[in-house]
Amino acid sequence: MSTITPDLISAHQLTEEEYQRIVALLGREPTYTELGIFSVMWSEHCSYKSSRVHLKKLPTRGPYVIQGPGENAGVIDIGGGWALAFKIESHNHPSFIEPFQGAATGVGGILRDIFTMGARPVAVLDSLRFGPLEDPHTGARNRRILAGVVSGIAHYGNCFGVPTVGGECVFEAGYSGNPLVNVLALGVCRKDQIFYARAAGVGNPVLYVGAKTGRDGIHGASMASAEFTEESRQKRPNVQVGDPFLEKLLLEACLEAMETGAIVAIQDMGAAGLTCSTCEMGSRGGTGIEIDLEHVPQREAGMTPYEIMLSESQERMLLVAAKGREQEVVRVFRKWGLDAVTIGQVTADGMLRVKDHGRVVAEIPNRALADEAPVYERPYTRPLRKYPMEGPGFRSHDLEADLKALLASGDVCSKRWIWEQYDYMVRTNTVEGPGGDAAILRIKETDISVAVALDGNGRYCALSPREGARLAVAECCRNVSTVGALPVAATNCLNFGNPERPEIMGQLVEAIEGMGEACRFFETPITGGNVSLYNETLGEAIDPTPVIGVVGLVKTGPPLTVDFKRPGRAVILLGGFGECDATRFGSTQYAKVVLQQIWGLPPALDMEYEKRVQAAMREIAAAGLAESAHDVSDGGLAVALAESSFGPAGVGAAVELDSGLREEFLLFHEGPSRIVVSTEQPEAVEAVARRHGVEARRIGTTVEGRIRIAQRGRVLIECAVEPLRRLWDGALERMLGA
Amino acid sequence: MRFGVVVFPGSNCDHDAWYAVSRNLGQPAEFIWHESSNLGNVDAIILPGGFSYGDYLRCGAIAKFSPVMAAVRRFAADGGLVLGICNGFQILVESGLLPGALIRNRGLKFICRQVELEVVTADSPFTSQAERGQILRMPIAHGEGCYYADDRTLDELAAEDRVVLRYRDNPNGSLRDIAGILNRERNVMGLMPHPERATEPLMGSSDGLVVFRSMAAALALR
Repeated sequence: MSTITPDLISAHQLTEEEYQRIVALLGREPTYTELGIFSVMWSEHCSYKSSRVHLKKLPTRGPYVIQGPGENAGVIDIGGGWALAFKIESHNHPSFIEPFQGAATGVGGILRDIFTMGARPVAVLDSLRFGPLEDPHTGARNRRILAGVVSGIAHYGNCFGVPTVGGECVFEAGYSGNPLVNVLALGVCRKDQIFYARAAGVGNPVLYVGAKTGRDGIHGASMASAEFTEESRQKRPNVQVGDPFLEKLLLEACLEAMETGAIVAIQDMGAAGLTCSTCEMGSRGGTGIEIDLEHVPQREAGMTPYEIMLSESQERMLLVAAKGREQEVVRVFRKWGLDAVTIGQVTADGMLRVKDHGRVVAEIPNRALADEAPVYERPYTRPLRKYPMEGPGFRSHDLEADLKALLASGDVCSKRWIWEQYDYMVRTNTVEGPGGDAAILRIKETDISVAVALDGNGRYCALSPREGARLAVAECCRNVSTVGALPVAATNCLNFGNPERPEIMGQLVEAIEGMGEACRFFETPITGGNVSLYNETLGEAIDPTPVIGVVGLVKTGPPLTVDFKRPGRAVILLGGFGECDATRFGSTQYAKVVLQQIWGLPPALDMEYEKRVQAAMREIAAAGLAESAHDVSDGGLAVALAESSFGPAGVGAAVELDSGLREEFLLFHEGPSRIVVSTEQPEAVEAVARRHGVEARRIGTTVEGRIRIAQRGRVLIECAVEPLRRLWDGALERMLGA
Repeated sequence: MRFGVVVFPGSNCDHDAWYAVSRNLGQPAEFIWHESSNLGNVDAIILPGGFSYGDYLRCGAIAKFSPVMAAVRRFAADGGLVLGICNGFQILVESGLLPGALIRNRGLKFICRQVELEVVTADSPFTSQAERGQILRMPIAHGEGCYYADDRTLDELAAEDRVVLRYRDNPNGSLRDIAGILNRERNVMGLMPHPERATEPLMGSSDGLVVFRSMAAALALR
């Protein structure tokens, strides 16, 4: 085989020190195949070498947690003998290079993580970030990427038969060269039938099931661990191609095969394919695995061991069967028309031994790959900050025009154009679908529903990663509470730039610490997730974008939704008017959209108060006191009131705000801990609020077809609902020219 | 009366149809594997939504060659009730059990939304429990649901009162707003909307139940 040269080492994105570590671990020079294996397993994407020391700061245990980080997905107890598996994954780099397939295989990958645990996927949510759609230079490409990503997600999820029930979509210049595609999936299984990826039982056969192996996606994991340069778009062959139909068969076959009781362990082949699945299963189980590539089903002729081990061909699984029972497993896969072949066995020596027609081509201690990857305490400084502390002096000339500008802006406008392309109802569990504060899925086998929300705010985090991350957790928990559910666990996806730059590393450290603090406080331990670093193009990093998904539990029943239902109801602002000053206002959508500048700090968060507001909200929901509820977030109170008016009933609100806040702040500041509630029983709502020690401002009543907002007798905004709704509803389509 | 829900590789609304019939209608339902050439003793057949065989080539084009479809053809010829939902409608059309074709939506995009349908005829075993002119709310979720046929066929469908459901606000470009049709013998119906997704209040509508209730009523008379 070829000799290992310094060029070859750096082409594998390994440093000289890392190479020396490999030589030390092996006690010899690696073969070419071994070098490839090490390079993917020690890539940032697989090894978390830059983030691992800091990820330990996150809380991972709690009363509901069955399985924390370290498996294919986290698992929580949802009661009645049932469990929920869930996790978020990024597919940022592939989605930039090939938006459709990149996003599609992102969905495919996370779905496999879920059904590998024995759980049938019940829902998907997506957190998306793109560059501005109307930018004169990058707009056309951004529109193309958005359209490609959305149809990729739709293609995969719709065909597979999992509803895509929600998420978020945000536009910011920094994502032009580096869009973010984070996919969260959830699945349900019996609590006593969870499957793990721990190879056990020396002599047990190792089976390869699913699609055949081709040359696609080789070095995908390493690609996802590097910045983008001009050449990156030539890396298209590194992006895998997805086949949702095959994955659907794989799902049914896996779940059916699991029923036989003949499966000991199972892991999907995702990033780093066969390499990752073999050594991680062995490492977790404290065993060795020996395979012969001769038996691996191949789509192309003449593939080398290096290519077979590093291929990221989709829709494949590796499993360990009980010795002597492999035919039971094979029979199920045959029924579904899938390959299932024994390619090796579990051994006692702790080695990953790869043979090709009997000849050993790689022989590495499993632990060296999975557990002894380098861990870096990368130096970090104060986080990179691109924005000033002080903002411009300003005075609004037309508050109604400002509201319209916000409603028609990319971040605030309706995302209907996106989610109507997703089948959000298949499986008939969707009690509340896209467009709400949180999605709700009933679990048919129990009387419990799962609420789930997905939040992140790169703009807040760019101003303060720590506060921004805390705010994301707070908002996500608030969203879940707004539909009446108790937040119980979380999953996170950390999207950042190049960690080798100390000021970027500083962002990552602060965001993780802020997230950890908030997750501890709100009692939503992180059960798993993903870190995506090197999100940079031509040296320009994205805004630090930690994304959090929170799941909550609520008794199954009619959903509490955003929109006002009937005129004549009291409108209550739970949590009160909040606080704001000129510095905090610089992080708002108003600053971004209307003033086109960003400065200062994110909104101030009082976690104690936030927690009380959420508890009050849940009690109000559980007692059936609210007809609608919508949290105040992007665009502030005015936008929250407008969005609450955009339901099918066409009911708006007339409110009178008794606050001394400056009018722009009062209408548009984004201070947390606030929820707009409409109710027929205002006294009862106020009594609950009082008991929890939170403000409940009765600000007005719902009215037919109009929005009227006054401050201490002076009318600030007064207009009809329908034209506002049309503006908000059609904005994305207009921007896309669709 | 027993409902059989056919499972093709790639069917993904099979569980939903089963759930709607067995839980919300309250009648026994069973799955029938696509390789069966025998339907057993079921009284009605549902071809569910999804992407049968991946819907490669053309929606429903591969499914028509499956062993189970040969059995379904015989079942239909003997007067058995066959309901094709979404992909099931596409399969019925490809199989020649219903006329016309389902082509890509006018906007070339997959659309998932709640729609309103008008019951055009109550003279069918699938809508006997509804009233002519009644409005039903049900979801659609398809990329290729634009109903297409030549004028003669469309005129014939109208003249023979075989258009069962019509969109009130045509979402996909279907000719003459057609959402669901019958065969000449009126025992086979295909529709793009999903009645099984509208069978209890938690789903946002219970209007789809009327289709299954009508089928149950028709079977009870036999």
